[in-house]
Amino acid sequence: MAYITCRNLALGYDGKAIVSNLNFSISPGDYLMVVGENGAGKSTLIKTLLHLQEQQAGTIMVGDGLKPYEIGYLPQQTVVQRDFPATVWEIVLSGTLAHGGWRPFYTREQKTLAEEQMKVMGITDLKKQCYRHLSGGQQQRVLLARALCAASKIILLDEPVTGLDPRATMEFYGLLKELNEKGITVIMVSHDLQALSYASHVLHIDRDDSFFGTRKEYLRNEKSEVFRSTGGEEK
Amino acid sequence: MSGIITELQYYFSYPFVRYALVVGVLVALCSSLFGVSLVLKRFSFIGDGLSHVAFGAMAFATMFKLANTTVLVMPLTVLAAIFLLRTGQNTRIKGDSAIAMLSVGALAVGYLIMNVFSVSANVSGDVCSTLFGSTTILTLTGAEVTICIVMSVIVVAFFVLFYNRIFAVTFDETFLRATGKKAELYNLMIAVITAVIIVLAMNLVGSLLITALLIFPALSAMRVMYSFRSVVIYAAVLSVLGAFAGMILSILFSTPVGATIVVMDILIYLINCLAGRILRH
Repeated sequence: MAYITCRNLALGYDGKAIVSNLNFSISPGDYLMVVGENGAGKSTLIKTLLHLQEQQAGTIMVGDGLKPYEIGYLPQQTVVQRDFPATVWEIVLSGTLAHGGWRPFYTREQKTLAEEQMKVMGITDLKKQCYRHLSGGQQQRVLLARALCAASKIILLDEPVTGLDPRATMEFYGLLKELNEKGITVIMVSHDLQALSYASHVLHIDRDDSFFGTRKEYLRNEKSEVFRSTGGEEK
Repeated sequence: MSGIITELQYYFSYPFVRYALVVGVLVALCSSLFGVSLVLKRFSFIGDGLSHVAFGAMAFATMFKLANTTVLVMPLTVLAAIFLLRTGQNTRIKGDSAIAMLSVGALAVGYLIMNVFSVSANVSGDVCSTLFGSTTILTLTGAEVTICIVMSVIVVAFFVLFYNRIFAVTFDETFLRATGKKAELYNLMIAVITAVIIVLAMNLVGSLLITALLIFPALSAMRVMYSFRSVVIYAAVLSVLGAFAGMILSILFSTPVGATIVVMDILIYLINCLAGRILRH
């Protein structure tokens, strides 16, 4: 049984589908990489999986103990966050709001959870630091810790290495690999060819003829050629 | 120095001076709390737009010769807050122009109404006091002070109870929505409370200068503080100090209340800019 199974999914806005006929499934322990041209519908897919918008057609089935809203999300950074006065602790802790119900203040359990996830990400010593003074790589670790506080089974990352230098990028991929080996399912939307080597499955979004399969199958498929010939940037 | 103190003691013996100080400090406190969120969410202009709407609504209310204008001004401003939030969420530019349209429209219509349906002989005086506050704060009745105290307690209680969620919705709305929380609801509550604060603050600084009460303390605090909690607390302290000092000065030197408070806020901002620069080196 898979965590998420999508059948004949069509995505788009205002009744117009930009992607249709999407069929894929995500099972526990998978590392799914989502690729596709700009405007192909990658962000729309993310929003749909996160229940931020409705699909135009088709079904999304959730199973294997996964409940709706149990996907830890690592969004792209917004303008607001760049100069936001907040400590690492405040941000990581805000991820635990997902479990708080209507209680106004954080419970001891929520604080313990935040501390644990900070330890996993190796950012415990940054606890009192200001988010905007951190390096790009450290900021991503903070957001990843927050995502793990919200949901511990699946994490969904939206182009997480944008703006990171090569070393930070490699470190971040290493971190994701560790998480994945611990059993956390990873869905990553990326432009970066390097990331392909970590993935177990690939979803290439292309209008009504998308590809879904294992990495090996993808590398044999003609769709991966566009991706390879331009050296990672698939514009 | 002792001369100033006796003079202050003389003024404090009047209830309307004490009322003005109480209301001023409370309004400054409330506005600074929510100002932090508005500034960080890039919603400063919503505050500005709403204050103009409040002016228009005030003019509209005086046309009906209502005894208590707040019953009309409050719902109209809250409605405008909901409207602005709705339009602002779609696209940036559409939201921007919606705010500009609404604020300048309300200003023009309000002035027109005040002129055509003038109830007093001194129209420009009325307009001036609605825009810049000046005298209204000194003519507060006991009932109005009570309303203000009750509203302030509600606003502060709301802020404390929802503090963690306000932080989350300010820092990352999409993430909060993705965890199944109603981010729109929190946004709506922030906008509605901002509208309430603006209507309360109109008596103090007038509708043109309210934005200053909302944004200056937050911006000042962000210059020196690094965590959200410390920014909020420091902004509240600065705002209360600014309002208190501004009111005392305006009493002593008979300057316009609203403008004096805003000048104090500007000074506080400049001092904090300097402090922030020194601390960073």
